[in-house]
Amino acid sequence: MHELGITDQLLTLTLRHAEEAGAKRVTRLNLVIGEFSSVVDESIKFYWDMLAKDTIAAEAKLCFERVPGLLECGNCRHRYTLAELEVVCPVCGMAQSRVVDGDQFRLASIEIE
Amino acid sequence: MAPARKVEVQEQILSANDRLAEAIRQQFTKHKVFAVNMMASPGGGKTSLILRTVEALKDEFRLAAVDGDVVPVDVEKIAATGIPVTLINTGGSCHLDANMMTGALQEADLSSIDLLIVENVGNLICPAGFDLGTDAKVVIASVPEGDDKPYKYPAMYRGADVLVLNKIDYLAVEEFDTAYFRRGVEALNDGVVFFPVSCRTGEGLEGWYDWLRQQIRKKKER
Ligand SMILES: Nc1nc2c(ncn2[C@@H]2O[C@H](COP(=O)(O)OP(=O)(O)O)[C@@H](O)[C@H]2O)c(=O)[nH]1
Ligand SMILES: [Mg+2]
Ligand SMILES: [Zn+2]
Repeated sequence: MHELGITDQLLTLTLRHAEEAGAKRVTRLNLVIGEFSSVVDESIKFYWDMLAKDTIAAEAKLCFERVPGLLECGNCRHRYTLAELEVVCPVCGMAQSRVVDGDQFRLASIEIE
Repeated sequence: MAPARKVEVQEQILSANDRLAEAIRQQFTKHKVFAVNMMASPGGGKTSLILRTVEALKDEFRLAAVDGDVVPVDVEKIAATGIPVTLINTGGSCHLDANMMTGALQEADLSSIDLLIVENVGNLICPAGFDLGTDAKVVIASVPEGDDKPYKYPAMYRGADVLVLNKIDYLAVEEFDTAYFRRGVEALNDGVVFFPVSCRTGEGLEGWYDWLRQQIRKKKER
C-alpha cells in the first residue's frame, strides 16, 4: 500500500527531469532497489500504470536493478549477500553481522525521446 | 522521431518528501522544539506511551501532540490530559508524510512548545520511508508481536533513533528471545538507544523520560 505514495514521488521526479531535458516522451526508467528497502516492485508497476496514465511517461518501461542485502561480519569481516537478514556469519558462525548495503530505492536514470 | 537519450538522475525516491521535511526541521530548530515521531504496529503501544510520557513531563515542559488516524479516539484520550493535540485525518493512508505534517503545524504555535510528540499511523512498513522533519524516530516494538520483528521489517529498524520494547510485563508468559531480538536490531542499527519498558506497570519508563529531558534541554541550548 505504501507504494502508492512512493510511486507518486517517483512520477513527480521523473516528470521534472524529463521536462528539464525537453523530453517528448519517457521510454524507460532505470531503478535501483535494495532487498532491505521494503519496496515491492510489482506494486510500483501497478500504481505506475494508474498514475502515469495521462502523462508523457505513460508508456515508460520500469526496469529494476535489484541490489541484495549486504552484511558484514563484525568478527571476521566476511561480507555476504542475502535477501533476508541473517546475523549469523556463514564463515565463523558468530552473530555479529551488520547491514552495510541494500536499503536503497533510487531512480538512477531515465531514457527519453 | 527524436533520438533517444539517457538522463542521469541518481536521486533517492522520496526526495520531494525530504525537502518538505527539511523545511519542517528548520521550523523546529528556529523555535527550539524537540519533536519525536512514534511508530509501531497497531496496538504496539504508541498511545499508551504518549499518555504516560505526557503525565510524567507535562509539569516540566510545554507539550503538544499530533495524531495521524481516521477516528479521533486516541486524540480524545490525549486531549483529556490537557495538552494541545491536532488530528491529521489520514483518510486511510498507511503513513504520515511531510506534506500532512506541514498542514497540521500551520495551526500549532511552535514558539510555545518544548516537546512535540507525533503518533504515526499503526504500520511497520510505510512510515519508515517518510521523514517528518522530527529530531528522533522512535520505533515501538512489543513483546506479543514476537522476537523476529527486526528480521521481518528491516527498513523500520534501520531508520530508528530510539527503540522502545514495550509490554515487557509479558516476558514471563510469552516466548520471547530477547538476545535474538537484540542481535537483529544491532545488525541493522548498531548503537540505537534502547528502552525495554512496560506502559502497564511503568517499569523502565524513567530511562525514556530522562532521555527526553536531556534531548529537550540540548535543543534549547543550541
Ligand atoms: N500488558 C500490556 N499491555 C499494554 C502495554 N502497553 C499498552 N498495552 C495495551 O495494548 C493495547 C494497545 O495500546 P495502544 O497504546 O492503544 O497502542 P497503539 O495502537 O500503538 O496506539 C491497549 O489495550 C493497551 O492497554 C504494556 O506495557 N503491557
Ligand atoms: Mg494509538
Ligand atoms: Zn565471520
